[in-house]
Parts: sequence; C-alpha cells; structure tokens
Amino acid sequence: MILRLAFASLFARALTVGMTTLAIALSVALFLGVEKVRTGAKASFADTISGTDLIVGARSGSVQLLLYSVFRIGNATNNVTWESYLDIAARPDVDWIVPISLGDSHRQFRVMGTSQAFFEHYRYRQGRQLQVADGVIMDDLFDTVIGADVAATLGYNVDDPIIVAHGLASFSEHKDQPFRVSGILEKTGTPVDRTVIVSMEAIEAIHVDWQSGAQIPGRSTPADVIREMDLVPQAVTAALVGVESPLQTFALQRAINEYSQEPLLAILPGVALQELWGIVGIAETALLAVSAMVVVTALIGMMATIFSSLNERRREMAIYRAMGARPRTILSMLVLEATVIAALGALLGVVFLYIGLAITQPILDSSFGLWLPIEAPTMREVWVIIGVVAAGAIVSLVPAIRAYRMSVADGMMVNT
Amino acid sequence: MTQAVLKLSDVGYHWPGRSAFALHVADLTVSKGETVLLLGESGSGKSTLLSLICGTILPDQGSVSVAGTNVTTLSGAARDKLRAEQIGVIFQQFNLLPFGTVSDNIMLPLRFAPERRKRAGDAATEVENLCTALGLPRSVIHAKANALSVGQQQRVAVARALIGQPPLIIADEPTSALDANSQAAFLDLLFTQTAAHDTSLLMVSHDPRLGERFDRVIRMEDIAVIERAGE
Repeated sequence: MILRLAFASLFARALTVGMTTLAIALSVALFLGVEKVRTGAKASFADTISGTDLIVGARSGSVQLLLYSVFRIGNATNNVTWESYLDIAARPDVDWIVPISLGDSHRQFRVMGTSQAFFEHYRYRQGRQLQVADGVIMDDLFDTVIGADVAATLGYNVDDPIIVAHGLASFSEHKDQPFRVSGILEKTGTPVDRTVIVSMEAIEAIHVDWQSGAQIPGRSTPADVIREMDLVPQAVTAALVGVESPLQTFALQRAINEYSQEPLLAILPGVALQELWGIVGIAETALLAVSAMVVVTALIGMMATIFSSLNERRREMAIYRAMGARPRTILSMLVLEATVIAALGALLGVVFLYIGLAITQPILDSSFGLWLPIEAPTMREVWVIIGVVAAGAIVSLVPAIRAYRMSVADGMMVNT
Repeated sequence: MTQAVLKLSDVGYHWPGRSAFALHVADLTVSKGETVLLLGESGSGKSTLLSLICGTILPDQGSVSVAGTNVTTLSGAARDKLRAEQIGVIFQQFNLLPFGTVSDNIMLPLRFAPERRKRAGDAATEVENLCTALGLPRSVIHAKANALSVGQQQRVAVARALIGQPPLIIADEPTSALDANSQAAFLDLLFTQTAAHDTSLLMVSHDPRLGERFDRVIRMEDIAVIERAGE
C-alpha cells in the first residue's frame, strides 16, 4: 500500500516527475547513442579494408603507410620500384597482389592508378566487394571509375570527361590526355568513395611528356601515339597483398621487411588500423566523457527536483509520521521514488535510442558510410542502465537524508 | 480506579538550541473513555506536549506513559510503533494524503500497526462501516482525497484515527477549519464514535466554548510551566 501511495504521489506530480524522467531519458539515449556511434565508427573504421593480408610500401611508419595507401591521407615518402613489385608478386606464397599508384589528383580528389585486380580483391565491411552503380569498370586506357562521393560532389555522370592534375592541389593539369568516366561505384563508406581510379598504364600515359614534375616544353604526344607505346610502370606507391594461406602471412611480412634490394615495409592492415584508432580514438573517448557528464547533470537535476519538492511535501511526511511511519520509511520512500524515476528514465532512454537508430540508420549509412546495427542491448549497455539507476538511488540519498532529518525534527507537527 | 490511557508525570523538556526555554508538566492523566479538552493559546507549548505524548520527541526528565507503556524508555522505532498501535491522530487540516484515495488514507495507520490491523478485522469492511457511521457517502471511498470538501476530509481523518480502535485519540484543533455548523456536526460524530468504542479523546483547542461537551477541561497554563530566560 505504501508502494501504491508512493506511486500515487509520483503521479500527482506527473509534470515535474515527467520532465525529470525525460531529462534522464534523453541523457541516457545520448550516452548510449554516442556509445553506438563510437563502436559503429570503430567497426566501420576497421572495416575500411578487409581481406587484404599485407600492405606493402616503401619503408616508413606503419600508420603512415596505412594512411596514404588506404585512407589517401598524406603522401608516400618513396615509391616501390616495379622490379621489387614484380619480385614480390612472383613469390609462391603470394596469392594475389594489387598495385597502387598515387600522386595525381582531380579537383579535391585523389587519383589512384591500379589494376583490374583491385576491383576483384579489395574488400570492405566484412568482405563486401566493390560494386558499380552505373556504367562499367574501365576497359580503355583513358577510362576512369569514380567513387560515389566524387560523382555526387562534382555531379559527374558516365561518359563525362575528366582532366587529371599533376600532383595534389596543383595548377598544372594533364590537359593533353582527358579521361572519360566509364563507371561510378556504389557508396562504400570507405576512402574509395573519394577516389578517382584509373589503370596503372594510364598513370604512365599521362606522364609521357613530363619530367621531374613539369611538362617538357613543346612536347605533346597525341593520345593515339601513347596508345601504341609500351606503358610499363616505373614504380608503385604501395601494393595490397593476399597470401595463399594465412599461416604464411608473417613469413611473407618478414621476407618483405628484409628484402635486400630495396628498403620495404609490409604491414598487417588490422594491426595498423588498431594503432591508428589508438590515435583518433582519443576524440571518441572525449565524446563519451561529455555524454557521461550529461547523464550526471540529469541525475543532479533529479536531485534538485527532489530537494525542491521536500518543502511542499513536509505535510505529507508529517502525516506519514503521525500514522506511525519511521523516519527511515520516509527515507526509503524518497530513495524508491528516485530509483523509479531513474529506471523509467533509463528505459525510456533505451526506447528513444532504438527509435533514433531506426530513423537515422539508413541516413547514416548512405551519407557517412556508418553502419549502426540495431540489435539487442549489449551487456555493456545493460550495465550502463543499471549504473544510471544505481547512481539515481545514490544521489537521491542526499535529499532523502535531509528529509529524514526534517521528519525527525518536525515529527508530526508542521504548522504550515 | 479507571485505567489511565495517558499519564505524564514530572515531564521536563528543553527545546534544543534554546537552553533557557523549557516546558514542565507536573501531571496530566487521561482515563479510559474520558474526553478531555486542553485549552491553550498558541505558543503555550501545546504542540510540544502533543509531540511528547506521541513520542516524536523525548522528555529530558519524567515519564510519559501511553496505554500502560512508558514511552521514554523505548527506542525511536518502538515509539513510532507504539504511536501507530495506540494513538489516532487528527490534525487541524490537511490531514490527508491528497493523491491517495479515501480508503488508502483511512487504512494508512494499519500499515504501521500490525496489532491494530488485526483488531480492524477486514479493513475494507471496516472502512465502509466507519464511512457510514461518519456520514460519508460510499461513493467517496475510492475517490481521491483532494476531491473532497474540507468537512468531508476532516471526517475521513476521524475515520482514520478510529480504525482498529486505538485507545487514545489526539486531536489538534480539528474544527478550526470548519464553520460553526460543521463544527457542531463534526463534534457530534466524534463523540458518538469515541463513546461507542470507549475511546479516550484528548483534544487541543484555543476555543473555550467547546468545553461544555467534554468530561473535563484543562487549561494549558494550569498543568504546564514554560520557563523563559530571565523569568
């Protein structure tokens, strides 16, 4: 009956209790949402490249190699010679190898030279393959396949011409050799979306008349002449390697790292991704801390609400006391009340979270390539909810102890 | 000799923080079935006296005995239980939990008093009987307390004090919020009920006109001495 009266009392203050519950619900939804985005982002990040066993490049740092080869951030300090590339490709434990040649750009997007094998072996988000949304994968020397973001940002369609600029953010363009968009890839949520892909030969072709980063004055080889030339690449920026058997990964990595003709570096993408996440992960930890503070603020708000309700409820407490309730009963009623509010808030927060997820999931996926799975709460989330309820009970002890003292001092006499 | 339901002897109480301000009651006895009116102005120590009787405060000296149990020797929890079992309390006004139903309010003391609960028998039936006896329509039993008029609320408070037949009813100016007609009707009901169950009544008021209906009228100044600094 006391329980029923406690609920009736809560119900009588439905507006303030509702507001407090809503504040807690929103803070819990925010916290769990940030947590979801965090784990989702981490998973999406780790899913940027999958199925590749080793990334090979000139010797530098593993994070640097990962950044320029996969994320197209920063530049390679050095290239890998075509001979070394062929040496590695010829090894028996190499199942497949994909060359990557970077260095040119189109507008704000990087141009990547590669082979057909890239479309075959590049995998993201647990083994998904690149799909062409429109057009076909390039089959001509001057064909290009562009990522979804490139097409969306620059408004390109299949068969549109593209002029590639030499270097990055450069004014010298390879105007002699315009490219044609042959295909547009589907959105992947990976750096591929922001990449203009051409063949390795095309990279050579556009540099035919160039030397040391500048066009040789007066020379302009016609496209049909270039087509007749033997366009063997001089070097690659990096290579993606798949091994015959996973057991050979470490042996191959070691062999490449100890390659005597040229200083090379082979990295495990997963390890390098983790290393990189350790760097960018600080931001998400800060975000999580901020949303935890929001939960704390909401709980303190609840404490303040209970505090301010104490005065107007002095009469209520005096009645309980006059009927024989112990001060301890008053204390437990207030703690119970806070626990109920916190629990309702937490549950409502979970409901908000799932509603929010259901609404934003397709939007986040299509515009940010961030896939947030809708699944049953994880143990971690359950602990968050339990933690919020427990914290609610604990902070409510402050006003509850005050109420206890008041009810001891007032007894049943409140002359208000 | 009739059994004393309430007996205070040589009770002294110092208000905490005001060492030179104290209340002293040499003797106050209420016998079984007796109705006593305690007259006193505000500031005469009435509230303190009621708190001493109800055991929400403890005297510095002397003894307070309710239904044969010495309150002063009990722990806080035991005093709360004794109050729940033996005393029905009626305030001036705002007696009820506004969000609870009439029935919830009437049954509330039984929650803290298992013996009284047993005495009440079937609580729901008892609530109905009391409401009928006090002229409350049955329809209000499950209504929220704050939907009732002040007069009805005071009658619910009486029903709550009476349920489970505690030997002593303490009423603190229960009629002050009522108009003259309602006052008379309210007292009629109260006296009928206390007489029917041989319940003792100690009512505090500042209004001497009520006195003629009680077995005994005591003036606060005759039984209690308030000592102030410098006097």
